[in-house]
Amino acid sequence: MLKYVRDLGKTGVESIQSIGRAGMLFGQSVTWGGPGSAGFLDLIKQIHSVGVRSLSIIIVAGFFVGMVLALQGYNILIKFGSVSALGTMVSLTLLRELGPVLAALLFAGRAGSALTAEIGLMKATEQLSAMEMMGVDPLKRVITPRLWAGMISVPILALLFSTVGIWGGAFVAVDMLGLYDGAYWSNMANTVEFYDDVVQGLIKAAVFGVVVTWIAVYQGYDAAPTSEGIGKATTQTVVISSLAILGLDFILTAVMLGGV
Amino acid sequence: MRMRNIELMVGGFMVMGIIALVLMALRVSGLSMDAAGETYTIKARFENLGGLTDRAKVSLAGVTIGRVTNISLDEEWYAAVVEMEIDKSMSTLPIDTSASILTAGLLGEKYIGLSVGAEIDYMTDGDWVQDTQSAIVLEELISRFLFSQAEGE
Amino acid sequence: MTNSSNHVDVKDVTFYRGSRKIYDGLNVSFPRGKITAIMGPSGTGKTTLLRMIGGQLKADSGQVMVNGDDVGRMSRADLFELRKNKMGMLFQTSGLFTDLNVFDNVAFPLRTHTDLPDDMIRDLVLMKLEAVGLRGTRDMFPAELSGGMVRRVALARSIAMDPELIMYDEPFTGLDPISMGMILRLIRGLNEALGLTSLLVSHDVEESCQIADYLCIVSGGKVIGFGTPDELKNGDNAEVRQFLNGDPDGPVPFHYPANDYRADLFAGDA
Repeated sequence: MLKYVRDLGKTGVESIQSIGRAGMLFGQSVTWGGPGSAGFLDLIKQIHSVGVRSLSIIIVAGFFVGMVLALQGYNILIKFGSVSALGTMVSLTLLRELGPVLAALLFAGRAGSALTAEIGLMKATEQLSAMEMMGVDPLKRVITPRLWAGMISVPILALLFSTVGIWGGAFVAVDMLGLYDGAYWSNMANTVEFYDDVVQGLIKAAVFGVVVTWIAVYQGYDAAPTSEGIGKATTQTVVISSLAILGLDFILTAVMLGGV
Repeated sequence: MRMRNIELMVGGFMVMGIIALVLMALRVSGLSMDAAGETYTIKARFENLGGLTDRAKVSLAGVTIGRVTNISLDEEWYAAVVEMEIDKSMSTLPIDTSASILTAGLLGEKYIGLSVGAEIDYMTDGDWVQDTQSAIVLEELISRFLFSQAEGE
Repeated sequence: MTNSSNHVDVKDVTFYRGSRKIYDGLNVSFPRGKITAIMGPSGTGKTTLLRMIGGQLKADSGQVMVNGDDVGRMSRADLFELRKNKMGMLFQTSGLFTDLNVFDNVAFPLRTHTDLPDDMIRDLVLMKLEAVGLRGTRDMFPAELSGGMVRRVALARSIAMDPELIMYDEPFTGLDPISMGMILRLIRGLNEALGLTSLLVSHDVEESCQIADYLCIVSGGKVIGFGTPDELKNGDNAEVRQFLNGDPDGPVPFHYPANDYRADLFAGDA
């Protein structure tokens, strides 16, 4: 019995310690400059590897999600005789929720895990230590550009996800279900607010971007330098960041809607 | 050479993001380019708003021409004062235009519907809409209906 | 202090890993311009010692002096400055950047720390690669090289900034005899040509004795022998002799300390 209490306490202390380490890592690597700091080109390279390379999955997923939303929405709304609200429903769902959340989840699975594995492997093969011994701070050289690339890429990906989704919805609603396209678009334009919906969705996506990338680089940097350790860290990245996205989503929505 | 391709792709990625944002602004949220300064404000007094809120739409013949910008209480008249911003392009509202609070569908959102009168003078910034009709409150309608039923017996 | 005959002085260093004591009052000095091999049984923290000298680990107490400055108390900026110009380290797994080719790997410290024009960096990199005999591999990636070649490229990279002190972590592990011979020659050659202070962590008694000016035998958290290979081989410390001759049992016990064997076996029945 006492053992369980002790184990529980140990796990608690360890998780707080780990949060502390993650906080220090973020604090030390969020700013540019320092010994052997990364340059602008490194940022470009990282945006390419986390952002551009996630593009195909985001676009395909966004299109299908938009189509499904339109199909489901049509069948629900037609019962209330308000099919004209379909455009509004699809666009608000995407902009406020599914765009940021699904883009961030896909990003965590596609780019977050890759980031963790990459950094973990660099650590295991002593590339980070070697860098340090060459007078180059790996936090500034390796972590900083990756962190920023993630923070920049996720909002863009979320925006593209929503855009493609709305057009996917239009494709189903107008071309397949025969809805009048004016109804789809003009009702949407009447209801959707740029600041309340588009901008707030982007704020969500930016927060998710910071958190997912942060978790990913931290897990990589903190991984045990063995193949087992890296595998575990990669899984952790996906699990923790998915939960973080969903939890934060609720908090952010509550704050933004001011309902709770 | 390889770096150049990467720069190109990242540039394309950024441009796609910007295009998406512009599409969102113009096509999806119907944000018009001439947002600020291109409107004028008119006011109306209502006995009951019945759930009308800030940013509700103001429409004429079913077309949105403006938005509610401010709602306050006139303590002298014990009535609600609604300020609405009307698009400059719709500057030819006769001064005897009437405003009523309507509902989109049975349970939809409240909006203000304007219907034009016959005067030849047009409303300008700060003018009051004289003829207003308050929101129909469902409970009142039902109770009135029940009373009339009872009297009829 | 810089002209003292010792490049690195380790004074009274205590170091814990978790609750396990790795070093307990370690005192040792490494002479300038010589090759010193740090040897000892596995798990005695030889690599830890190198990392403390490089400032990657901090001693729990005591001082690690490099050129008369305490590495453990240096500011982060000073530490990076020291590593940039004065120190090089060759890691066991080499630490080459897998996403860069050989040329870019060697050019990395030069590009990061200097504003030299491209053609000068090119010349410098080719000189360093020539020194390790691998000028021909400049366009290859680390994954395409053999283990010995990888280590030589890493060596070229660690001498790119012309350090005064170079540390080798297990440079002979996992190499075939030919590669091993090459590395031996390079370490000796670099030391002679550039007057580098070289610290070498190794298990390989024979190779270390071949090239090292001094041996430093570490065991149980302390230095148990320091001197030239001949001195130590003929010395009167039984534990040092056991290590150098590779005897399975002696002052270093074959058995890890445990409670009584018989008692342990019977305890399972309870």
